[in-house]
Amino acid sequence: MNLNILMYLIPSLIMFGCGVYGFITRKNMIAIMISLELMLNAVDINFVVFNRFLFPGQMEGMFFTLFAIAIAAAETALALAIIINVFRAMRNVDITDINRLKF
Amino acid sequence: MESVGNLIVYAVIAIAIIVFSVLTVTTRKILRSATYLLFVLFATAGIYFQLDYEFLGAVQIAVYAGGILVLFVFAIMLTHQPGRDAQLLESRRRWLGILAAVLGVAVCAYALFSHSAMCAATLGQIPDFDIAQLGHWLLSTDKYGYLLPFEAISILLLACIIGGVVIARRR
Repeated sequence: MNLNILMYLIPSLIMFGCGVYGFITRKNMIAIMISLELMLNAVDINFVVFNRFLFPGQMEGMFFTLFAIAIAAAETALALAIIINVFRAMRNVDITDINRLKF
Repeated sequence: MESVGNLIVYAVIAIAIIVFSVLTVTTRKILRSATYLLFVLFATAGIYFQLDYEFLGAVQIAVYAGGILVLFVFAIMLTHQPGRDAQLLESRRRWLGILAAVLGVAVCAYALFSHSAMCAATLGQIPDFDIAQLGHWLLSTDKYGYLLPFEAISILLLACIIGGVVIARRR
């Protein structure tokens, strides 16, 4: 039995689905960020797997994943700074209670 | 034909990814959710190591598991009293979430299985490269060079540093 490309894409697909579910149903802003990280991570796996199986002589997918990891780190740092600032102002990180910024 | 050890490693990684991703979004304690995310990220690094991208696996562990997870734990500790559960969701949004996730997964799975010709691709040998070569690609302006995205990322990181300082500063 050989390892083929579907055997790596299906766990990443399930990971992405979990991220979508958490992103919609969670109410805590930090939990929403965690779901977002799941989705980003699934996309990174897809880049690497497609690169490794379909174009093994090239490195494009690997570079995309490197840049995506850097962007994800920057984005998470900023978002958590914003969340902590919101907590400082409202004493809460629940998105149902934070509705003054919505419209 | 793969070796049996490789298949066992693959099975452990795949099961870990599936189980811990589901647990990450279904557990009610936020700190446990962050811990399960850590396991998912480690399993992802395991995939990179298994596919012979050792440098990428090391970056994944260093940046994600070492950096982002610590940030998450700091933010959770700063904004939550320990031991408080998340509230149960009202049912409408829960069903909306399940519907969106299942529909998305179904469409993507259909697309994957209808293109099953690409399953014929197996793990071939990759041309061995060293880290010095990777650095040359990252800083070259040739056809496969990545100097422009590299500089764009550095400007993004600078903007991120300035933004973090401005946002987190006490007024």
